[in-house]
Amino acid sequence: MSSVSYIQRPNRPLYGYAILYLAFLYVPVLLLPLFSFNDGIYIAFPIEGFTTRWYEEMLQNTAMHKALWNSIRVGLVTAVVATILGIFAAKAVTRYRMPGQKPVIAVIMVPLVIPDIILGTSLLILVNNIGLGLSLVSVTLGHIAICVPFSMAVLMSRFEGFDKSLEEASSDLGENAWWTFWRVTFPLVFPGVLSSMLLCFIISFDEFIIAFFLAGTDPTLPLFIYSQLRFPQKLPGTLALGACIIMVSFLVVALNEWYRRRSSHGISDTGL
Amino acid sequence: MARDDAYIAIENVSKHFGEVVAVDDVSIQIRRGEFFSLLGASGCGKTTLLRMLAGFEAPTLGEIYIDDAPMSQVAPHHRPTNMVFQNYAIFPHLNVRGNVAYGLRKEKLSATDLKQRVNQALDMVKLSGFEHRGANELSGGQRQRVALARALVKRPKVLLLDEPLGALDKKLREQMQLELRALQQSVGITFIFVTHDQEEALTMSDRIAVMSEGRVMQIASPKALYEAPTSVLVADFIGQMNFIEASVAETRNGTALLDAAGFGKIEAPIADPFFDAGSRVMVAIRPEKLHIAVDGPPGGETAVQGRIGAAAYLGDRSHYYVHVDGRDEPIAVAAQNVESGLSQRLEASGAVWLSWAPASLVLLPPD
Repeated sequence: MSSVSYIQRPNRPLYGYAILYLAFLYVPVLLLPLFSFNDGIYIAFPIEGFTTRWYEEMLQNTAMHKALWNSIRVGLVTAVVATILGIFAAKAVTRYRMPGQKPVIAVIMVPLVIPDIILGTSLLILVNNIGLGLSLVSVTLGHIAICVPFSMAVLMSRFEGFDKSLEEASSDLGENAWWTFWRVTFPLVFPGVLSSMLLCFIISFDEFIIAFFLAGTDPTLPLFIYSQLRFPQKLPGTLALGACIIMVSFLVVALNEWYRRRSSHGISDTGL
Repeated sequence: MARDDAYIAIENVSKHFGEVVAVDDVSIQIRRGEFFSLLGASGCGKTTLLRMLAGFEAPTLGEIYIDDAPMSQVAPHHRPTNMVFQNYAIFPHLNVRGNVAYGLRKEKLSATDLKQRVNQALDMVKLSGFEHRGANELSGGQRQRVALARALVKRPKVLLLDEPLGALDKKLREQMQLELRALQQSVGITFIFVTHDQEEALTMSDRIAVMSEGRVMQIASPKALYEAPTSVLVADFIGQMNFIEASVAETRNGTALLDAAGFGKIEAPIADPFFDAGSRVMVAIRPEKLHIAVDGPPGGETAVQGRIGAAAYLGDRSHYYVHVDGRDEPIAVAAQNVESGLSQRLEASGAVWLSWAPASLVLLPPD
């Protein structure tokens, strides 16, 4: 009989499973940078040689730059607006007792479970009927609609995570609601605000279906990449872009994590 | 106390949460500079009352006056009160200086004045040199001091304290009790202190209001509460108390002759409230006011004989539970262990004598 309980004993099958799982997640992603340096237009083994020409091509592809810039703009506006709405909603449902609270939360959360294709179709009908038309503005509105639930979920846990008496203490010390928000509430939920903006930006950045319905002549990056798949000679250039985006993603996640750890014992002097 | 002398007047205040009556028609007058405690078990309404003073809850009925100004229309951030919260509510994103200076923004002090005010407050709570400590790098006792400094730096008319010592260990709590009392006397600010710990209330307060089920049972000095409770509930809540059912046989010259279960005929002083002959009363006596001995006292009418049922040795004193014929409940007796060997002799002896001074008996209306 083993003297070590099963709780402490290493579990080899689980190790194997974990490694397989991580490989399944990341090997396909790592193929992207690999083939972006491949000297050949076919995305297949064997590797034919090292080249940076796809990156040079990428740097000259103005249509791609435009699509990237469109996606960044849509993503930034979506992140900021959805997070602001998320802050209000999360504060309201965690801090105040109000009639119909549960239904209100449910209504805000519903876009999470509506298929994007349905949301896309209905938004298409809406923007055409109110005369907004197909444009990046419509895409942004659509993205805000799908991002608010995520933002609210992230921020609700942050609001619930800190003690209500901190806000009472602020009011007790003479600050009104406005100053209490800026001196206590906002600094304490700020890591959540950052996470929410990051999440919303990423959701918007790679969103395809709603953008497909609502974009006019200005494509977002996913639409542009999809359109490129039809031309084999353009594909490696897209891979180069993909590799750059993966790099940036890793960097952003690492930065966010670093900030989150630092801020858990970051202390300031003023609170102003 | 007349309403005119009161610095803080709580007048017929009630607070209802839906069907629940948390505070029920409470009136309390508190003097300027007083250390006043609200004492009661959890759920007795003491914290709700404190939160109404701070402005976090509005009274359903009644009005609270501070320095003659009615408070019901005054928001918490405009009240002349500051609070030390039960969990201290130290701002975690600020250091000690940031926390203490938090409430001074509106005073628009110069950097030097601000620094001086903060240092003064930190001096007061013996935290000088901790200005740059982060909120998460403080011990429980230090957090409590920061909370205190943060409130006192505002120079409030009234400081409200919501069980601020509850989270500290026993040694530190006793030290903080004395420090808090000394601090209150040196700053001269009116303190209203909420606690469920009767020993804490007795140690620190000028006066105590004992609350139960939303009502005030008695307001008195610690000594009066302990020596002269006016109800069985208060007598039972403060310290330990023996209760003896009795009926009044006759009264003369402020003395009542009682028929007490198990004690026979005994005498007790009668003051306020007055009991007529024939009425049922509860006689209360503290365990330490009973004298326990192997031999009966001479005379013997203020003594009763019994057997020791259980004994507990507590070092400086011993507790005995003495069975007296005619009673179901044993009588609790506390005796200082002055002579060595007393407890052994008492426990070895089959029967013991309990005696008392008639003046130490308290007559109470039965429940």
